[in-house]
Amino acid sequence: MIELENVAYSYGGAELLSDISLNLQPGSFHFLTGPSGSGKTTLLKLCYGALLPTAGQVRLFDADVRGMERDDIAMVRRRIGVVHQDCQFLNHLSVSDNISLPLMVSGRDLLAEGPNMKELANWVGLSSRIEALPPELSGGERQRAALARAVIMSPDVVLADEPTGNVDWEMSQRLLRLLVELNRMGKTIMIATHDLALIRAAKSQVQARVLRISNRQLQLAGADL
Amino acid sequence: MFKLVDFVAGDAQADRVVPPTGFTASLTLFSAAAMGFLAVFALALSLATGRLADRWGDALARSSTVRISAPQGQIDAQTKAALNVLETTRGVAAARALADDEQRALLEPWFGPDLPVDTLPIPQLIEVIEDDDGFDTEGLRLRLAAEVPGAILDDHTRWRRPLVRAASRLRLLGWLSLVLIGATTAVMITLAANAALAANTQVISVLRLVGARDSYIAQAFVRRFTLRAFGGAAMGVIAGSVAILLLPSAQAEGGFLTGLGFQGLNWFWPLTIPLLAAVVAFGATQAAARKTLKDMP
Repeated sequence: MIELENVAYSYGGAELLSDISLNLQPGSFHFLTGPSGSGKTTLLKLCYGALLPTAGQVRLFDADVRGMERDDIAMVRRRIGVVHQDCQFLNHLSVSDNISLPLMVSGRDLLAEGPNMKELANWVGLSSRIEALPPELSGGERQRAALARAVIMSPDVVLADEPTGNVDWEMSQRLLRLLVELNRMGKTIMIATHDLALIRAAKSQVQARVLRISNRQLQLAGADL
Repeated sequence: MFKLVDFVAGDAQADRVVPPTGFTASLTLFSAAAMGFLAVFALALSLATGRLADRWGDALARSSTVRISAPQGQIDAQTKAALNVLETTRGVAAARALADDEQRALLEPWFGPDLPVDTLPIPQLIEVIEDDDGFDTEGLRLRLAAEVPGAILDDHTRWRRPLVRAASRLRLLGWLSLVLIGATTAVMITLAANAALAANTQVISVLRLVGARDSYIAQAFVRRFTLRAFGGAAMGVIAGSVAILLLPSAQAEGGFLTGLGFQGLNWFWPLTIPLLAAVVAFGATQAAARKTLKDMP
């Protein structure tokens, strides 16, 4: 599904990631952890084609990302839902429109997708806030809206970058439950987080692999987690 | 054809993804309107000078003058001889000696109305009108030199050519102005589109994140700028056409200036200006969007 083989990534002459190999199998659940600045976000960006490796190979759905045109990457992005820490909304559009954005850009009929959209808003607990503008939302609401947008196209993979970074413990548990639920529906999930408590909490709900970036390399985390 | 219809009809969903307002909207509308207004005048200038060049060239090319300069007692005889030569010359449709009154009228602007023509040694003028085939100027000149020693043929070439050349240059300047207006419009729209794209990098990165193709993103900007340029130019053309309509009507006394405007079917030409502005805006925004999106990581 998403495979990285001996991948390295350098920026401005400095190597940020080195010799990374990773294979996200369908239906798997991964945590990616490591200290701030260790390269978690960079690794996630490599996983959805936002960055190209400086060495090694990244294959997205069996296609080498280096051989892809921009349009090919756009098509791949429709199969990978991404939740950013800062959410990245279009502030002039309502929450409903922001959640529907992937449908809009892929030319789907929004009227026909209306019931799905309502169901999704209900699932993330935002049904009463869908007409609000993004700046009017709280941190937790923004994260849930971002999650709804990430899954509205029913992607195969959901990548979440510090999804609980700006929310309280209760809200982070709620978001985790939503991601676990998605995993039970067969979606592949990878969450980048430095929140070890969240990882421990998840272990009781889902069988997750925990990966750690340390010294630019990816390691399987030990039993200390 | 279907693509053009789709483009004009637009995609209501796609239109909303780019924030609707901003200074670039007003800038594009105003500059397109100003350029549309100027383009109407440049077009009117080109068409009017074209008509003028044709008229001058045609009218002057069909008439010539024979001037009889002879001692007072021989003028009548030489005039008669010259008329005989002209009547037997192929290509001459008509030839007649100007009456004293007509000669006086020609000199009136310089000497006033009371000029005693008969007391002055003024040459006799003969007006020669060519038929469609025209005459052999050199041949006629040689015949007149042989049979009427005091006759000089003036086929107006000397001063017709500079006039026609001047009118043609004016027409060229008009077309050049139109090209410059088009190029300036393209430059302004490119700058405005670049500003809009730069102001919306966040929007572009969000759209890419959710799987938008670059062609989709470019289309949202291109359609907006094309329609703005079309609307602005249409407003400018309406204002320019009204201004042209309000110019004084063409009169012989007014000469060139009062003839500046559109005649008959030429009134359809200004309608092409908004379409051309839209085409220019489409090309300029498309190029700007492609370059910006290509350069963006």
